Amino acid sequence: MAVVVILIVIAVGSVLFHLLSPWWWTPIASNWDYIDNTIIITFWITGVVFVAVVLFIAFCVYRFRHNPGKRAAYEPENRVLEFWLATVTAIGVAAMLAPGLFVWNQFITVPNDATEVEVVGQQWLWSFRLPGKDGRLGTAETSDVSSDNPLGINKKDPASLDDIIIQGGELHLPVGKPVKMLLRSLDVVHDFYVPEFRAKMDMIPGSVSYYWFIPTRTGTFEVLCAELCGVGHPQMRGTVVVDTEADYQTWLQQQQTFSQMVASAGEIQAAK
Amino acid sequence: MANIPAGIDDTVPLAEVADVELYHPKSWWTTYVFSQDAKVIAIQYSLTAISIGFVALVLSWLMRIQLAFPGALSFIDAEHYYQFITMHGMIMVIYLLTALFLGGFGNYLIPLMLGARDMVFPYANMLSYWLYLLAVLVLVAGFFVPGGPTGAGWTLYPPQSILSGTPGGKDWGIILMLTSLILFIIGFTMGGLNYVVTVLQGRTRGMTLMRMPLTIWGIFTATVMALLAFPALFVASVMMLFDRVLGTSFFMPTIVEMGEHLKNGGGSPILFQHLFWFFGHPEVYIVALPAFGIVSDLISTHARKNIFGYRMMVWAIVGIGALSFVVWAHHMYVSGMNPKFGFFFATTTLIIAVPTAIKVYNWVLTLWRGDIHLTLPMLFALGFMVTFVNGGLTGLFLGNVVVDVPLAKTLFVVAHFHMVMGVAPIMVVFGAICHWYPKVTGRMLDETLGRVHFFVTFVGAYAIFFPMHYLGLLGVPRRYSELGDTAFIPPSVQALNEFITIMALIVGAAQILFLFNLAWSLRRGKEAGGNPWRATTLEWQTPQTPPAHGNWGKELPVVYRWAYDYSVPGAAQDFIPQNQPNGDRISREPAS
Repeated sequence: MAVVVILIVIAVGSVLFHLLSPWWWTPIASNWDYIDNTIIITFWITGVVFVAVVLFIAFCVYRFRHNPGKRAAYEPENRVLEFWLATVTAIGVAAMLAPGLFVWNQFITVPNDATEVEVVGQQWLWSFRLPGKDGRLGTAETSDVSSDNPLGINKKDPASLDDIIIQGGELHLPVGKPVKMLLRSLDVVHDFYVPEFRAKMDMIPGSVSYYWFIPTRTGTFEVLCAELCGVGHPQMRGTVVVDTEADYQTWLQQQQTFSQMVASAGEIQAAK
Repeated sequence: MANIPAGIDDTVPLAEVADVELYHPKSWWTTYVFSQDAKVIAIQYSLTAISIGFVALVLSWLMRIQLAFPGALSFIDAEHYYQFITMHGMIMVIYLLTALFLGGFGNYLIPLMLGARDMVFPYANMLSYWLYLLAVLVLVAGFFVPGGPTGAGWTLYPPQSILSGTPGGKDWGIILMLTSLILFIIGFTMGGLNYVVTVLQGRTRGMTLMRMPLTIWGIFTATVMALLAFPALFVASVMMLFDRVLGTSFFMPTIVEMGEHLKNGGGSPILFQHLFWFFGHPEVYIVALPAFGIVSDLISTHARKNIFGYRMMVWAIVGIGALSFVVWAHHMYVSGMNPKFGFFFATTTLIIAVPTAIKVYNWVLTLWRGDIHLTLPMLFALGFMVTFVNGGLTGLFLGNVVVDVPLAKTLFVVAHFHMVMGVAPIMVVFGAICHWYPKVTGRMLDETLGRVHFFVTFVGAYAIFFPMHYLGLLGVPRRYSELGDTAFIPPSVQALNEFITIMALIVGAAQILFLFNLAWSLRRGKEAGGNPWRATTLEWQTPQTPPAHGNWGKELPVVYRWAYDYSVPGAAQDFIPQNQPNGDRISREPAS
């Protein structure tokens, strides 16, 4: 009968662990609390099913354990019961899928007023690019990467010149404004991951992926790489600072544009 | 059809093909080493798989020690850590679970449960094992070459897997891994075709498809799936091998690696991911379906009750097998593929939950009003149900596209897949070994040792993986050789990691107990007799135990009923073997 006790302990213990454990998601810093809500719905449905099934098994083992002279019932099928179990399951699954797909639609539909911000991953460093006064990012190609143009930005594209380049430094974002993160990699697959934003997406060399979100509170957040990208993977960290609009503008003024960067690289070349 | 469950349909067709004499071995070498007997091949497959599985177990110990006590073992640096996770994952999924369920249980049980003398192509069957062994040796050779084995993660994503930032990427590691996979798939194809043709053509008289035990349905469906899925991995491996060795660019776009322009260009890294998961998702069910089938038979036999809803169980197995080919990209929700795919793959993935849930209900309902003997196989079946339900339910988080976004690539994923395709199928492996050991050896396993092993393994494995979900929910990423100082990770995470590691060491050590039991009981175990569990299926009705070459002596058995005539009202005993004609049954008691 030890197994009955253990099954009950597992069912009850799992619920208690869920309620009492100190390990829970980080305080959210983006508009994706819809995702958190969907997780809560899923926890409820799956939790009820798990506890019910395990306790039912425990009851069966206790109630129908072998006793000498006893015989099992003979019931090959029960169409009505099977039909209802399948139907109730389908309803439960739909109750999780529907909000999931609804929120996914929001997740992939970028609002028109979102500012584009580029994140560039390479072994094992994060770089960022913000549009300049024209509000547009210039084009870029991995094949254009060189020592004075580490992100491979197209020098001939007029939209490039005022782009703001942050290589290996902090990215700042204004609070409350939607941003579209354009994700690009120069070498291998990386993944731009900030737990508090609830969003993550791989960056694949050769193409540009994206996600969007609205930062909802100011603060400093750590960036991790979430796709194994070689031995330096755990050390591939960065920082995103969400500022008030005023702080953001102050910070923005201090950043270097692409044309300034090319010019200073040119001066260094000339000095040699 | 409707008659089957009642077992009244006893018209047995005449044999369509005459019984054929097998090739009988003439020497020790052809009896025990280069054997064409599926039972010997099964044991060879199983012992090889279990041996390499122990290597993977030790690797998991080393990883867990590094995670809980970083730097405690000075030889584990990031490079070694990634080599360990890669080899651990690949060995467990392919070289242990796939090989053991299909090559091991498939070879032993298909001919015996279907009343055949052997597989239909015994020679190809033998070659299948030797190619598998070669694949294992090539894989293990990775540990002994310069640069060591590949550290790309078991998913082997390019471009990193063949670049210098990854261990073994520019050395021998990745070449040996890909070569080993190619050999494995060639070997598996020989075995797999054998299993499919034997199930379709080698059944004895009266063994209709809808009378087959669910074990065979599970292994059969999984084999068909494997024959369709492994080719995707095969071509992906060959293409990546070309990229690495010949300098082609199937998966290689324009790359600047550490400031240096590579010569590649134009390839697609995500193409590999699609090929890999087109194999990789069915692979989950290639492991799970045999486990589903076997556990159905364990529950039925040891609860002395017919499996509930047999026909529904068969269709659920077939349905899950078919659906599993259209869900692969749920591994790629955050891969950067077109996000609109998410709608389709989330829907198909959650639909698969319905037939899977039906299977769970039917296992549980088989216990209902049963006569439950808490034997070792039954205990492991209970352990399977709990861990499988747990792991299956967390799949509903990860399958539901938007919920996957925060949880993907965290320890939640690691906890989920270990519970559902690590712990749960391994529970069935143990249950199945306990169940069929008496047939294979003629002796019973030691009950006390077995119980200790069960309780430590079941409770310990649950304690390892259940709390791990919550680390993932917090956001702790997987595949980090050390967490270092991370702002959002509190010190309590370290404490939980230490707890998990200690449990992992204990559970791992308990497996030695199981091995000891296997070895000790071989000589000292109680004599089992031919049918110690009083089971209905054909493998328990052989004239000799262990069965001789050819299985059945002079006459092939004839099947008169389905595999689940347990506790039939009015029958003399609480089981009626499949080969017992209806006439021999004591007539039903008068209806009251």
